[in-house]
Formats: sequence, structure tokens, C-alpha cells
Amino acid sequence: MKLNYRIVILIFATVFGLVFSIPSFTQSGEGKKITLGLDLQGGLHMLLGVKTDEAVNSQLKSIASGLKHFGERNDILLDGISVSEGEVTFELLDSDDATVVDEHLKTVEGTVVHASEGKYTVTMTPEAVEKLKLQSVDQAIETIRNRLDQFGLAEPTVAKQGIDKILVELPGIKTPEEEQRARELISRAAKLELMAVDEERAMRVHDMSDAEAASFGDKILDDALQPEIRHLVNEIPILDGSMLTDAQVGYDQNNRPVINFSLNSEGAQIFGDFTGKSVGKRLAIVLDGKVYSAPVINERIGGGSGQISGNYTTAEANDLAIALRSGALLAPIYMMEKRSVGPSLGADSIKASMIALIGGFALVALFMIVYYGMAGVIANIALVVNLLIIIAVMALFGATLTLPGMAGIVLTVGMAVDANVIIAERIRELLREGHSVRKAIESGYDNAMRAILDANITTLIAAVVLYVYGTGAIKGFAITISIGILASMLTAILGTHGIYQMLENRMGKSKNPFKYFGIKG
Amino acid sequence: MELFKATRSIPFMGKSHIAIVISVLLVLGSYALLFTKGLNYGIDFAGGTIVQVKYEGVAPIDVMRQKLADNPVFAGSSINEFGSPDEVVIRLKNSSESMTRDLGDVTREQLAGTGTFEIRRVDIVGAKVGSELREKGIMAMALAIIGILVYVAFRFEWRFAVASVFALVHDVSIALGAISLVGLDVNLDVLAALLTILGYSLNDTIIVFDRIREGITDNKKADLAEIIDESITKTLSRTTLTSLTTLLVVVVLFFFGGEIIHAFAFTLLVGIGVGTYSSIFVASPILKWFGFDVKRYHAKLSEKAAREAEKERLRAQFEQGVV
Repeated sequence: MKLNYRIVILIFATVFGLVFSIPSFTQSGEGKKITLGLDLQGGLHMLLGVKTDEAVNSQLKSIASGLKHFGERNDILLDGISVSEGEVTFELLDSDDATVVDEHLKTVEGTVVHASEGKYTVTMTPEAVEKLKLQSVDQAIETIRNRLDQFGLAEPTVAKQGIDKILVELPGIKTPEEEQRARELISRAAKLELMAVDEERAMRVHDMSDAEAASFGDKILDDALQPEIRHLVNEIPILDGSMLTDAQVGYDQNNRPVINFSLNSEGAQIFGDFTGKSVGKRLAIVLDGKVYSAPVINERIGGGSGQISGNYTTAEANDLAIALRSGALLAPIYMMEKRSVGPSLGADSIKASMIALIGGFALVALFMIVYYGMAGVIANIALVVNLLIIIAVMALFGATLTLPGMAGIVLTVGMAVDANVIIAERIRELLREGHSVRKAIESGYDNAMRAILDANITTLIAAVVLYVYGTGAIKGFAITISIGILASMLTAILGTHGIYQMLENRMGKSKNPFKYFGIKG
Repeated sequence: MELFKATRSIPFMGKSHIAIVISVLLVLGSYALLFTKGLNYGIDFAGGTIVQVKYEGVAPIDVMRQKLADNPVFAGSSINEFGSPDEVVIRLKNSSESMTRDLGDVTREQLAGTGTFEIRRVDIVGAKVGSELREKGIMAMALAIIGILVYVAFRFEWRFAVASVFALVHDVSIALGAISLVGLDVNLDVLAALLTILGYSLNDTIIVFDRIREGITDNKKADLAEIIDESITKTLSRTTLTSLTTLLVVVVLFFFGGEIIHAFAFTLLVGIGVGTYSSIFVASPILKWFGFDVKRYHAKLSEKAAREAEKERLRAQFEQGVV
């Protein structure tokens, strides 16, 4: 027996496979392990869509808000400020103020202003719309990531898919209740608005239509706690959550959880100005389109802090505070695809696929030994090393093992021996033609090589296509199949060749070399 | 052990007409099924919702049906046993976009009072995502076939490529026919299985073609049918053995891999069977029908060899500085 470079490579491959697959087998803390896909460990997978049009709409509203505040601060009469069909319209009552208004409008970025005879139309430029849409997706990703981080879930994935889709994967979710809570947290618009109650018409709110309210520049909102109560508020908010700097859970005098928020200096100023001149009127605290409270303003409120009270549990208050802190979503998100798997199903899948793997492996290994004798044993060695390498490579690259991925590994067991079957058949043929063992082995490998390469490359082509076009779990299948094919080139072709070369002399001296290949002479 | 001990070539080509009749019947039958019964697209491609529920004890399917019938959301939904009597799958044709309350939640609430159960899986695929996935699936299939066509044409000759693609289309058609016949849900895993069949069936075909290529270059014989018979005979052992080992694991996967992997394993089972058959009986006759001519191939090869030699000569001259 002598060493050759092939056997050295095989030994290296074996050691590599062993060392890097052990952490995955023992699941010990040290070293890189295979990550189990959500279908195996349980968890929540979601593909979210972003309603980017809504971001444009709310940007226009915020422009309108700004205009309103500008008018009030500078005693300029801007009448009928309203937002509709992608534009903000208003009328300037005193034409003497035109230059000041024009100057102000110039400072609002990304807009086009049309003015004729005091009637103004402000629209956003197409570039600004496009930019805002992109930004709203990126902002949603950032916000969702923030919220999930604060929520304290293990290893959340939040990634952009395509132009306006977001992939969210949460392996930590185990129960439907947890799932629902996470979904609420993620999707919460968390849009805080402080709005003025229209005291003049508030009495009539219960028999007012939405259209009628709109004609006064008002909006009808439901009460968050008592659905039968409706509030009539000014359509343009005084300020919104973008000026929020912090939100924390606190407790009111009855020891119920509330959320205390603080505003930045700009927000504080607007808030102070408004409360200062609206003493005796009500201020509605609106969150995601519902009125949480509408206290009467007793005096000017400086310092820029406020409170949201609702019938919260501490957990709900906590989630809401997280959502408020991490900022509002510029655009609402909706569910395009959801796959959630309970951990017990994942465990069942692992068990079933392990049985399939072990059963399949045992059958194939047994078959190879029965059919090819010694050559079968050698092929089985290659097969074991192949499996180790698949696991090691996947662990090293941080690839995810999914249920289809497990199927891919099982399939590899069946296909990886293919190379050895081809080679063994060739060697048998050559032996029968009367060649020496050495010659039979060398020519056998030579002749088989081309066919094996062509066959494997075509399978690889299909696997790569599958990887590029597959989604989620299917990608896992493509990965394991590809690694399996590549590893089989190393183990089943190079590795077994090395073993044969090492045994060549002994086989050559044998009176009946045929027995090594499972045939009678 | 040895199962195939052919000392003489088996006359496959002489009997190829029988195989062709069988293949044509199978393919036509498959298309008839596909056009009449059609494919049962699962939620991955059609959109919809799947809720998998496991009960403590036998699932009360009749009670569940009644309960769900109360809510119009569940109109047209189906409830089926899934792998064992205590586990069921509810399939809904619709999906929901709501983040806070989706169809999984609705199902959970609706089933309250039917016993102790655990919702183990909720898959919701929106119609838009479904159609996107379907487009992607067809793209993947087409791209894989084109990629394979180009590779085989490059490594062999265009007729080999066309013949192998014929065999592939043959295999995939029959597999799809079988899927339609048993009414399997076609989801992404079935697509993965179909693509695996593409790779696998081609694998077999290429092993045979490789032998044919070898036979053509080594032999001075010009009779393609003879070369094909000899090549198929020589690779018969390998073709059947590899299919056997692969089938072994697929059968294990089918019976023990769990319910979720069932459709995948079934598709592979049919595909590998058909793929093996087509590599032996279908691909090579097609090669002949496309008018592959051994003499012309020889001429082409020697021409290519001559060109190579000329190039070598020029290079040698260049390196020696003669040119």
C-alpha cells in the first residue's frame, strides 16, 4: 500500500467534512452550524407589499399641514386648504401676501406650484413621487427591523425583495398568539396625529356624512374605545408623529398603562402655539385613524409632551410604544404571502426526513455491497464522505437546510453512487476483456470520466436554474443538490480512484481480481 | 453479483417502433388528461390558503365542515385528512391581505369548540404572488431546457441535443399526465421535482449518448443502429442500477418522508421510471430519425482534427519564430 495524491485529497476532504459537520450534529455552542429553515424549526415567513401610493398621499397631507401652520403663524389667510387626487389646493385671500407665500412654497422640496388669481395648486414632481415611493419601502424595512429588534425576537430577517416587497422571516415565533402579536407590531402604521376638534360643528357629528364633513375641511373619526362615539376633527392635523422623539410606557393615576410621548423642539413650538390660542377647545389624540382621547385644553402646553391613554394591557402599551418610537410607516403594508409552521410540525418533518435519509442510505449501501463487493464498500466510503461534505459546506456558508433540502440530500445518496456504478461497470467490462487490474482501473476511470462530467454538468444546470428561479424552501433543494453533485465529483471520482490505486498492488497479485468487483472470473 | 450479462447486443433499434407506439400513446394520453381534467394548481401557483390542523384524537371532519359552512369566507373550501386521521388540511381558494387578522386566525376562531387542536401550518399566497410564481416556474422550466440543449449541442452534436430534449419533453409530459391523473396539488415542490427529472433523465440519456459517441469515433462501422444497440446494451446495466438506487431512496422518501413531501416523491417516482425508459427506448431512435449520419460525423471529426493540427502547426511555427 502506498499513498497517492488522490488518497491524500480524500483524507483531507474527510477531515474537513468531519470537523465542520460535527457542530451541526452535536448542536453545540461552538462553531458554525447549519441553520434550519423555517419549515423545519418552525416560524413565520411573510412577503409584504407596500402601498406606496399612500405614502405620496400622506406626504401631500403633510405639505398641507405645513401650509396651514405657516398661514397661522404669519397671519396670512389661506382658505380651503385641501388634499385630493395628488394635489394640494388652497386660495390666497389677500393678494398682498403673494410674494411671501411664493417664497415659502419655494422652500417645499419636490413640488410644482401653479397659481392663478390667488388659487394655488401644489403637486409633487414625478421624480419626487418616485423617490418617495422608493424611500417608503426602504423606510418600512428600516422601521420593521427596528420594531422587531426592540421586540426581542431571535434572528429576525427583514430584506427587500424586488422593488416594493419586503421579506420578513421570524424563526422565533412558536404559537399563533405570538404570531398575531408580531404581525400587529410589524403592520402597525403607528401614525400619531394631533388634531383640532371642530367645536363649531361637533354637536352635529352624528348626523353628518363624510362628504359633508369634507366640505367644511373636516373629517369624522371613530373613537378607539367606544365605537359608537364619533369625533369631528379638522382634516389637516396640527402635527404628526414625525416630530416625536420618544414614547415610553407609564401609568396614570389609576395605575393603568399609558404612553407618554415627547416632541422635538419644532413640534413643541407648534404644539405650544396651538394650545395657547385654543384654550377651552378640545385636542384629539389620533393614532392610526382612531381617536384615543380628546381632552379639553386648559392652558398653553409648553415642553412638548403628551399622553395617550387607552384600555391597554402592559404588553399592548409596550408594543405601541415600540411602534411609536421606531417611527410611523410612511406607507401601509399588506400581506402578499405568509407561511407559518408550528415547531411540532417542523420536528415531525425533521424526523420523517431523517428516517428517509437513514433508510435510503442503508438500502443503497447494502445494495452496493451486495452487487459490487469490495467496489461497493469503496463507493460507500465515498458516499459517507460526500454527506459529511454537504453538511460541512452548508454549515460554513451559513446555508439554510429546508425540507426540500433534506429531500435533496436523500436524492444525492441515490445519485452520487451513480458515478461509482458507471466506473465499476467499465472496470468489469475491461476486466472481462482480459485487461490487467491496473489497466482496467485506469482505463475505466478515463472512459467513465467524460460521461460522468457531462451528466453531472447537465444536472447542475437544472439545479442552478432552480436556485435562481426558486423561492424560499426550493432554493434549499437546489443548494443541497448542487453541493452534493460537486462533492460527488471529489469523493466518488477522485476519492475512490485513490483508494483503488492504493489497493492496486494487492488486487494485482490476487489470483482472482474479479472478486473485488463483485463478479466471478 | 451481476444482473445483466449480455454477450451480444440486444436489438433495441429493431424493436424501437413498439417503444415509439407506447410512448406516443402515453404522451397523447397525458395531454388528453391535461386538457380535459387539467392540473390541480395548489396555492403556490393559484393563490389561496392552506391551514393544517392537528387534533388530539381523531379529527371531527364532519363537525368541522358544519362549523366552517357558517362563515361565507369558507365557501368552496375543502377539508381532507392529511397523513393520519388526527390531522387535516383545510384548503381555501381565497387569501387575505390583512396583517392583523388573516384567514388562519379566522379559521382558528371558527373551529373553536370542535375539540383540542393545534394549528400547525398556515400558508397564505396572494393571487398576485401565485401568478408571479407560475410565470417564474414556466421560465425556469424553459431556461433549464434551453441550457441543457445548448450544453449538449456544444458537447455532442445538435441532433443529440434535439433528441435529448425530445426525451425530456416526453418524460415531463408523462409525469404531468400522471400528476393530473391522481389529482395531485401542483405546488413549488412538484416544480422542483420536475426540474430534477429534467436533470436526472438527461443524466441517463447522456450516459447512453456518450457511449454512442465513443462507438462512432472508435468504430469504423457506419451503421448507426448497430452502434446504438451496442451502446445501449453496454450501458444497460448502469442505467438500470443507478435508476434502481435512486428509486430505492425515492420509494423510501415516498413512504417515510412525511405527507408534505408526498407530491414531490410521487413526481420523482414517475419521472425517474419514465426517464429510465426514455433513455433506453426513446432518445436513441429519435437520434436516428433526425438523420444523424455516421459517415458525415466522421468526416466532420477528421476535418476538425485537421483544423486543430493546422492550428498547432502554426502555433509551433510562431513559437519557433518561423512565421
